[in-house]
Amino acid sequence: MTDTPARRHIPNRLDKPLNAAIFSWEALLVAVAVAIFAVNSFASPYFLDAWSLSDLTFNFTEKALIALAMALLIISGEIDLSVAAIIALASTMMGMAVQAGAGTPVLVAIGIVVGLGCGAFNGLLVTRLGLPSIVVTIGTMSLFRGIAFIVLGDQAYKGYPPSFAFFGQGYVWWVVSFELTLLLVAAVVYWFLLHRTSFGRRVFAIGNNPVAAQFSGVRVGRIKFILFCLTGLMAGIASVLITSRLGSTRPSIAQGYELEVITMVVLGGVSILGGAGSILGVVLAAFIMGLVTFGLGLLNVPGIVMSIFIGLLLIIVIALPIVWRRVRRERFT
Amino acid sequence: MKALPRYREVWLLAAIVVLIGLISLRFPGFANPANLRQVFNDTSILTILALGQMVVILTRSIDLSMASNLCFTGMVVAMLNAAHPAIPIPLLIVIALLVGLVLGVINGLLVWRLNIPSIVVTLGTLTIYRGATFVISGGAWVNADQMSPEFIGLQRAAFLGIPVLSWIAILVVALFFLVMTRTALGRSIYAIGVNPTASVYAGIDVGRTKFIVFCISGMAAGLCGYLWISRYVIASVEVANGYELNIIAACVIGGISIAGGIGSVGGALLGALFLGIISNALPVINISPFWQMAISGSAIILAVVLNARGERRQGRIILKKAEAA
Repeated sequence: MTDTPARRHIPNRLDKPLNAAIFSWEALLVAVAVAIFAVNSFASPYFLDAWSLSDLTFNFTEKALIALAMALLIISGEIDLSVAAIIALASTMMGMAVQAGAGTPVLVAIGIVVGLGCGAFNGLLVTRLGLPSIVVTIGTMSLFRGIAFIVLGDQAYKGYPPSFAFFGQGYVWWVVSFELTLLLVAAVVYWFLLHRTSFGRRVFAIGNNPVAAQFSGVRVGRIKFILFCLTGLMAGIASVLITSRLGSTRPSIAQGYELEVITMVVLGGVSILGGAGSILGVVLAAFIMGLVTFGLGLLNVPGIVMSIFIGLLLIIVIALPIVWRRVRRERFT
Repeated sequence: MKALPRYREVWLLAAIVVLIGLISLRFPGFANPANLRQVFNDTSILTILALGQMVVILTRSIDLSMASNLCFTGMVVAMLNAAHPAIPIPLLIVIALLVGLVLGVINGLLVWRLNIPSIVVTLGTLTIYRGATFVISGGAWVNADQMSPEFIGLQRAAFLGIPVLSWIAILVVALFFLVMTRTALGRSIYAIGVNPTASVYAGIDVGRTKFIVFCISGMAAGLCGYLWISRYVIASVEVANGYELNIIAACVIGGISIAGGIGSVGGALLGALFLGIISNALPVINISPFWQMAISGSAIILAVVLNARGERRQGRIILKKAEAA
């Protein structure tokens, strides 16, 4: 009993040999990103331009912001399918506030608070009542977007104040947009939170074995609740950005984003079963998805065909290491 | 308290009766047999899809690609019909089943042979199948005037006073009921959901059974591809967009546990009917159809809260007993 080695691999913070680093998931993603970048610049003369590349980032910044928090949530063994619906609800509430004459700071506050509130609602249902998060968030997904539909019907909110447009359309410096800056800052914050704090270690512990984590003194319920709140918060922030970028609110806003966000997280090497993953991987995956959609867009490939590439990319990138491992095992035994 | 989860279907049936009663207060014509028959007919496609999804969920997997499969298969049969109206409809239905099966086989092989979690596989194929629909159709629609009268008319023809569409749903329900309660396959599906490890020791090939359930859900989606297109007489890339979550919602309301192993054919049928009744009732009692989404969302949350009490795993109970000793 005492000298049996731990069966479950505990990721992160263990010294990796160089060769493991070279063959790591992140390295694979960097290789894929470089390959797509090269193909893109070869295929279209318009690709290698500072403004093109800047436009490219708008494809994924909003989804990537949510993906950061979603990564933590999935590592802890839960999932949130309601994020796109939270965007719709938060955007609708901001639209209502505009009709009532609210200014930019109030709008931003409303977006963030509604997001946080929705996340807390999911978190309460999952942690207090012990319900499976996939079902709860399918339910709240219909509920949140349903409320947006009840309020708006087939109408749309417009008339956002000019100063509100900065969040989704403004640039911090030259071609660096506010959205991209926010994403990079948030990525650093989430990287620190997941990989450099005891909170992050607890998230991994919960994902690997919630029962053992509980017995080790980790407050599983509270941490999961915080993660749902964080995911809701990021969805609220994303809602501010999207609403600001589009300048209008329809109840169908951000439809289908939840699956793209989850694709991003899984592509980033986060185990859908929980317990493993990294923020760097998620950020790389976000850039890859942005590169693919933008590159194909320059080649006039319709959006729906791009989704084939995203789907294939997801399955191939997940399947490759499995096939590779199997081939190697067969060769050595 | 203990009897409640055991007779979950009875409670759901009671809820449906109460629901119909409440609707009848506002609109007395709702509960008459002709209207209820219409509601059942409207819900037939969702019922078949929910049954296909049920067998997948019972094995602790999920099939998010069903709506995309339906869209792709529907486009294939619609284009075939538009190009070759001479192909008899029964043959087209067989083709729909086969195309759906092939898409299900792709899901199943990835889950079985490569051991990729089903949620990841079907998240990928969800976008791939819908994208493939665009590729084969070039983004064009197949309209009602391009479809042959038989293609559209078959499911509307009445047999013993009930439309063929309803008969197909009844047949499928009966078939699933037989498979789930009277065959070794049905028992294996439940066993895997309750305890995959024990199932292996009991001699069940878990991977192969999972492969089979994806074949079943694929065929169900394929069949519904034809039924959907011939019902709404338009085939486009947008068909059934986002419908995968309605299918899962019907299962959840029907008391099928997302953790696997718990659920029944009757539950899936009632879950689908519950959603069908709501969508049929809202217009007649003058509630804006925009309320439907929020209502079904609330119903899902309520259903899962009520069902959660019965879903305590047996392993937990044993552990607690051991602790007490």
